[in-house]
Amino acid sequence: MQYLSGIDDHRTSTGLDNRKMLMWAFLGSDVMFFGTLIGTHLIYRNRNLSGPQEEILSIPITTISTFVLLMSSLAMVLALAGIQRGNMGQFRFWTAIVCIFGSIFIGFQMFEFTEFAAHYGLTPRTNLFGSTFLVMTGFHGTHVAVGILWLWSILFASYKGKIHQGNSLQVEIAGLYWHFVDIVWIVIFGVVYLIGAYGAEGRALEDAHHAARAVGIG
Amino acid sequence: MAANIGILKRPVSTEGVWGWITTVDHKRIGILYGVSAFIFFLIGGIEALLMRVQLAQPESTFVDAGTFNALFTMHGTTMVFMVVMPAGAAFFNFLVPLMIGARDVAFPRLNALSYWLFIFGAILMNFSFFKAAFPDVGWFGYAPLTTSEYTLSSSTDYWVLGLQIMGIGTTAAGFNFVITILNMRAPGMTLMRMPLFPWMTLIVSFLIIFAFPPLTIALTLLLFDRFFGTNFFDTAGAGADPLLWQHLFWIFGHPEVYILILPAMGIVSDVLPTFSRKPLFGYTTVVFAGAVIAFLGFGVWAHHMFTTGLGAWATAAFAGATMAIGVPTGVKVFNWLATLWGGSIQFKTPLLFALGFISMFMLGGLSGVMHAAVPVDTQQQDTYFIVAHFHYVLFGGSIFGLTAGIYYWFPKMTGRMLSERIGKWHFWLMFIGFNATFMPMHILGVLGMPRRVYTYSIDQNWAGLNLFVSIGAFIIAISIALLIVNIVRSVRKGEVAGMNPWAGATLEWAIPSPPPHYNFAMIPTVRSQHPLWDEEANAVEPPPLPEHGEPHMPDPSYWPIVVAFGITMVAGGLLIWQATTWVGLFVIAVSGFIGIRGIYGWVFEPVAEESAERVHAHH
Repeated sequence: MQYLSGIDDHRTSTGLDNRKMLMWAFLGSDVMFFGTLIGTHLIYRNRNLSGPQEEILSIPITTISTFVLLMSSLAMVLALAGIQRGNMGQFRFWTAIVCIFGSIFIGFQMFEFTEFAAHYGLTPRTNLFGSTFLVMTGFHGTHVAVGILWLWSILFASYKGKIHQGNSLQVEIAGLYWHFVDIVWIVIFGVVYLIGAYGAEGRALEDAHHAARAVGIG
Repeated sequence: MAANIGILKRPVSTEGVWGWITTVDHKRIGILYGVSAFIFFLIGGIEALLMRVQLAQPESTFVDAGTFNALFTMHGTTMVFMVVMPAGAAFFNFLVPLMIGARDVAFPRLNALSYWLFIFGAILMNFSFFKAAFPDVGWFGYAPLTTSEYTLSSSTDYWVLGLQIMGIGTTAAGFNFVITILNMRAPGMTLMRMPLFPWMTLIVSFLIIFAFPPLTIALTLLLFDRFFGTNFFDTAGAGADPLLWQHLFWIFGHPEVYILILPAMGIVSDVLPTFSRKPLFGYTTVVFAGAVIAFLGFGVWAHHMFTTGLGAWATAAFAGATMAIGVPTGVKVFNWLATLWGGSIQFKTPLLFALGFISMFMLGGLSGVMHAAVPVDTQQQDTYFIVAHFHYVLFGGSIFGLTAGIYYWFPKMTGRMLSERIGKWHFWLMFIGFNATFMPMHILGVLGMPRRVYTYSIDQNWAGLNLFVSIGAFIIAISIALLIVNIVRSVRKGEVAGMNPWAGATLEWAIPSPPPHYNFAMIPTVRSQHPLWDEEANAVEPPPLPEHGEPHMPDPSYWPIVVAFGITMVAGGLLIWQATTWVGLFVIAVSGFIGIRGIYGWVFEPVAEESAERVHAHH
């Protein structure tokens, strides 16, 4: 066997940092978590025996919260750019913005959940839609909340000197997570809200056509 | 920093019980996994023997129907999640860093967390015995039958939560080994120079991180149905799909079969070359066959559901995919046989078990291809033929393969050889006992004996074969007793092994047995697939210590067990919550705090206690 001296103990085979690769692997796995939840929701579309379903989803309000969440990703990019250049002021400002925008998104979600409960009596127990929709979006909201807690912790640690330009990788990894959670929301917004609400309208239109034909005016 | 966090200073001692509880050394964690898996193997084995006593005679009253349900449920759950998976993990842990030339896994504390979550989850599930009864819903836990509408007993809650916690630990281990193998290889150890065992570990780890999420979600949905009244599996009241659970469970469950068998395939692929004195035939094909098996493994789940009425097209597609997965498996079998062909074969115990693996696994694989044909499967569904089939795969395959691994690497793990004489007795008794137990089950199945029945009447003419099967099961038990005797004897007075007792080709044989805690005093540079065969001249001496002395390894840590405890007790709090709401909420709050506090302590823990002092000195 050949043993060469001077091999760096912190060398990695791919050149990628272990922790960064761990985050990528975790996100790959998380795709399966969300995939299963979104899949379950789609399988159960239009199978409700009673109660409200996707026609109660509000596209205008959710468009606003989706926009806020997307902008938080932009802030995340600027925060990372800040710390990588050693500009702690920029890093702290934009990290705080990420947390605030994330919290606004959570606020919208809490508003949505309470509105659904108050106006339509929708809870996880109501029907299949209540179970799949609330557990799926709740799981996503939990991801956002964990991200906010994580970024607040990083922000706090930066004031104690534990996060600095030298370990900006910590911010980069949190950023990967944050962007992923954003992307998942885009999928949910597209597949659950847009297609769902469109589907509901489409069905209403179709019903109208059928009714019209039935009475001979279509 | 440890001082800032306060409560727990990073421990430095590796002595005694605390040394094991706080260990982050992959070799010690491997031994913990191995010993735990073996204890559960005995428990699961006793459960099997109790079933065989009951079935030895018609209309027996040794156990009642309810107890029998609990026995087959816990036997299946134990053998899959508490024996074969952790036994695989024991080998991953002990061997993968050694075989790729690393000092430890990528995340040593995460590794410890995986172990503690596994053992706490297993204990939680078995604890149901003291609070309610053993879970009795089958290892597959089919909803809606497991919803509270049909299964009131809280034993199902223990089953769900115990499985969930073990699953979290397994998934964390999956991440750890993906990163370790992709990123921690010694210089020159390219992926296509890696031995087959780390290769199969990599593939299994990918299977774990993609297959466990559907199970985790399915268990979560069932948990919500049982605890919070959601409707995911409420077919009667809310119009839920009665097949949803089956789909989610088998999307996990079929890749799980490959999670159980691929480690054994990796072990055998490394044992055969050593005892044939020639390289593995068609190395590249064996690697890619493993990858293809894993990939196809995600597309065959509905062959567990052929009789549920999925429709002709879906059934045909899954039947085709299932037959296709036989091809890469067959490729491997031919490669193993060709490895033996023309080699100078030494019939040592590890090779015997490897040959047992090939022959028995092949029988299980062939009966598997039989079920891929839908009409045949429809006939055999839920009969003893199926029981015979998957025991040929999981016992004849996984257990024989893992036992080959025990005999092959025990000298590396302990520094002592196992007795060849007892080993050969062990092999032949297990081989005969195994076939006596499971071969007649094929016939019983074809005769129409259903699975999971607790008894049968005399005029069904199953009595003779069942008695034969039961005797076979006790022969297996005797062979396992011989393994225990062998291990106990060898640990105390076995022949000293030396660095490379089998003249193996791979890196783990280039260092002392047992390896020092830092594995390689200096990291080797690899230039071929068989470094110790191709560079024989330098393989007899362990690597020299570098000039600056022993390599520094991370200190032990309390945080993994603290976090695992927090997570487990949140589950415990949920169970208490069902009985007494506010006590449960209190336990959930306290243990949730412990868990989160543990994560912060973990994140801010220094690599070694002394390095923190060094940083302080600089300030």
